[in-house]
Amino acid sequence: MNNPEKIMVPGSHVPGPEKLYEKRKGVYPQKIDGPFRRFKWFVMFVTLTIYYGTPWLRWDRGPYAPDQAVLVDLAHRRFYMFGIEIWPHEFYFVAGLLIMAGIGLFLVTSAVGRAWCGYSCPQTVWTDLFQHIDRFVDGDRNAQMRLAKAPWGPQKIFKRTLKYSIYLLISFWTGGAWIMYFADAPTLTHDFWTGQAAPVAYATVAVLTATTFLLGGFAREQVCIYMCPWPRIQTAMLDEKSLLVTYKDWRGEKRGSLKKAEKNPGEYGDCIDCNQCVAVCPTGYDIRNGPDIACITCGLCIDACDRVMKEVGRPRGLIDYATLEDNKRESAGETPRPVWKTIFHLRTIIYLGVWGGLGLGLLFALGTRNHTDITIAQDRNPPFMLMSDGSVRNAYTLKLRNMESRPRKMEVAIEGLPGAVMWSEDMPREAAARKIVRDVPADEIDTMRAYVVVPEGARSQKFTFILRSLDETGESDSGQANFEAPGSEE
Amino acid sequence: MTDIKHDGPRIDEATGVETVGHEWDGIEELNNPLPRWWILSFYACILWAIAYCIAYPAWPMISSATQGMLGWTSRGELAAEMKTQEKERAANVAALAGMPIEQLPGNPALMRAAVAGGRAAFKVNCVQCHGSGAAGSKGYPNLNDDDWLWGGDLKAIETTLIHGIRQPGDDQTRFSQMPSFGRDGILTPAQVSAVTSHVLALSGKAKDSPAGAQLFTENCAVCHGPDGKGMREFGAPNLTDAIWLFGGSRQDVIASVTNAHAGVMPAWGNRLDPVTIKMLAAYVHSLGGGEDFIEQAAPAAPATPAEQTNEQP
Repeated sequence: MNNPEKIMVPGSHVPGPEKLYEKRKGVYPQKIDGPFRRFKWFVMFVTLTIYYGTPWLRWDRGPYAPDQAVLVDLAHRRFYMFGIEIWPHEFYFVAGLLIMAGIGLFLVTSAVGRAWCGYSCPQTVWTDLFQHIDRFVDGDRNAQMRLAKAPWGPQKIFKRTLKYSIYLLISFWTGGAWIMYFADAPTLTHDFWTGQAAPVAYATVAVLTATTFLLGGFAREQVCIYMCPWPRIQTAMLDEKSLLVTYKDWRGEKRGSLKKAEKNPGEYGDCIDCNQCVAVCPTGYDIRNGPDIACITCGLCIDACDRVMKEVGRPRGLIDYATLEDNKRESAGETPRPVWKTIFHLRTIIYLGVWGGLGLGLLFALGTRNHTDITIAQDRNPPFMLMSDGSVRNAYTLKLRNMESRPRKMEVAIEGLPGAVMWSEDMPREAAARKIVRDVPADEIDTMRAYVVVPEGARSQKFTFILRSLDETGESDSGQANFEAPGSEE
Repeated sequence: MTDIKHDGPRIDEATGVETVGHEWDGIEELNNPLPRWWILSFYACILWAIAYCIAYPAWPMISSATQGMLGWTSRGELAAEMKTQEKERAANVAALAGMPIEQLPGNPALMRAAVAGGRAAFKVNCVQCHGSGAAGSKGYPNLNDDDWLWGGDLKAIETTLIHGIRQPGDDQTRFSQMPSFGRDGILTPAQVSAVTSHVLALSGKAKDSPAGAQLFTENCAVCHGPDGKGMREFGAPNLTDAIWLFGGSRQDVIASVTNAHAGVMPAWGNRLDPVTIKMLAAYVHSLGGGEDFIEQAAPAAPATPAEQTNEQP
């Protein structure tokens, strides 16, 4: 960190520090236009649209399932994502998705440095949004600074009230959008405004409104510099081969204004020390001090510097995306490596392989997964029952899972266990058979008690329950069970 | 660790703060004040403790404790919880109270509630003899099977529960008394052995003896039936099936014929309320061996047979 204050080195006997605490210096980024700014606009538009809009997408799943495209239905323990429906026992899909998101971050960092931080991190996007509001209400950088210093008066009160109200409105909208992922959005919106929603919905909106208001409106770059763990991890992942926003010191130094350069030709570099790169920086960092945790590599300083260079008639790219290695190479007069070589180095390819492999694996598992499932729990007390005709009865609790959004007829059958028949508690014992057909409701688990009876002389043995869907899918699942009988140890 | 007493607190040069006046292996401690937030939360804790002592039972006295302003007691809390539970169950309890038990299978939801309630009551009142899985043991019937001494439909089970078996003082109790054929000298040991052979032969466990068959007809058939299939009016067990309450070996049967058994079950009618008894009957009936209730000698049975066959919950 580039702290000008003296910090006491532990164990040394230098006099105490002048200051251990520094008040935050306000950051008032100046308006700028350029390719990177436009890219930021684009990413902001896309990410915010996804965030606010997704819950309102509809997806027809028939009469037995919700029609919301993306829905985390905690109440009914289902997770819907377009054509995919995930049950709690399949949570590994969600875990896999989260692992992919993590490795995706590594992949992006390895390929293009801190691009996540610079463009698509929610903290960046909302900070950017709130900084635009600052500019809309208070004016550009200089006006903002003036207003910050100005004593409280009617105008300042009005502007601050207006600004914070807009902050609050966006924060509320942000918190409100979040809960829409957990319930049917139109219904929840109606319930929310009529006071019928669950208390947890109001609490969630309140908490997220508060965090958005504080993190986006006030904490801003301090989140990246002091709070977020990701930059710390990134520093371990970045090296001289990583793509960073780099100030080409060999070209820029020694800094001097145009006037000075005119007076002493040859003495000064390209940097005219106009400070535009610092003025536009959303975290208030001076990139000319070198790579730092405060630089989120959003590229706005590149836009600013390129514009200045164009105005003064010098080549662009004094500040540019470059690896430290290429920077050194360029300073030695060599040509830098092509960009694709920077992006596709070995580590990137390995990450891409792991990430893609995981994704393909998940897709394969998703495509081949069974929508029919049986689980078996045997009665243990008593484990077996001697019947009056000498036959032996065991009881089981079977759970038949129908993971399709339509009711299905399913057949439970006994495989193995010669002579065995079964009946369930909701049918007459006389109808006992080796197969029972059940109507399993859509998207539900049908719990049935199965009494399995084996004629006299049965021994303890293993057998199998087979569940077969009696529809065109013909899916089946099976589970092994024990049959216990008196006086015979297997 | 050495604890060297200094001359006393001194002012630390670097910070200008007084030390506490002790030194541990060259390490001294600055006597900085506690952080304000810490002090404030400490005061808040004290206030909380005082408020708690006033509001809740706190201080032990000689024979009891201070009661607290809120009047809270753990017993009171339990009573309130029980009351809430009772309220939740009230509808089911009222429905069960007003319904003859043989009509229960017509209402599957109520049946499920009754079975659940019965399961809980069984664990308290019945497991001592019948076992936690209702599987019984020698002399205590297994309630899971399809063999019933006194009848296995809901009504019969309820009657057995209310009046018990051989319960002294209950004139409607299930009652019968098998003579002790051997001990009382009704049969000689040789005759007991012969009749035992016949009884075992009924279920194919021994060779029949013609003398035993004759003795059986004369002495046993009156209760156990001429074919040994038993008679529920007397709680006389079926001797042809695989289930032996007091054991099915030759020695066991000889012992039963010689001394006779007469198991006793308490009459629960004067210990439990009618609803709990109905729940218990529903639970026992649900264990897998329950029989359908068939209206006996009743004019124009209202219950439809279709419902009756679907009876098992």
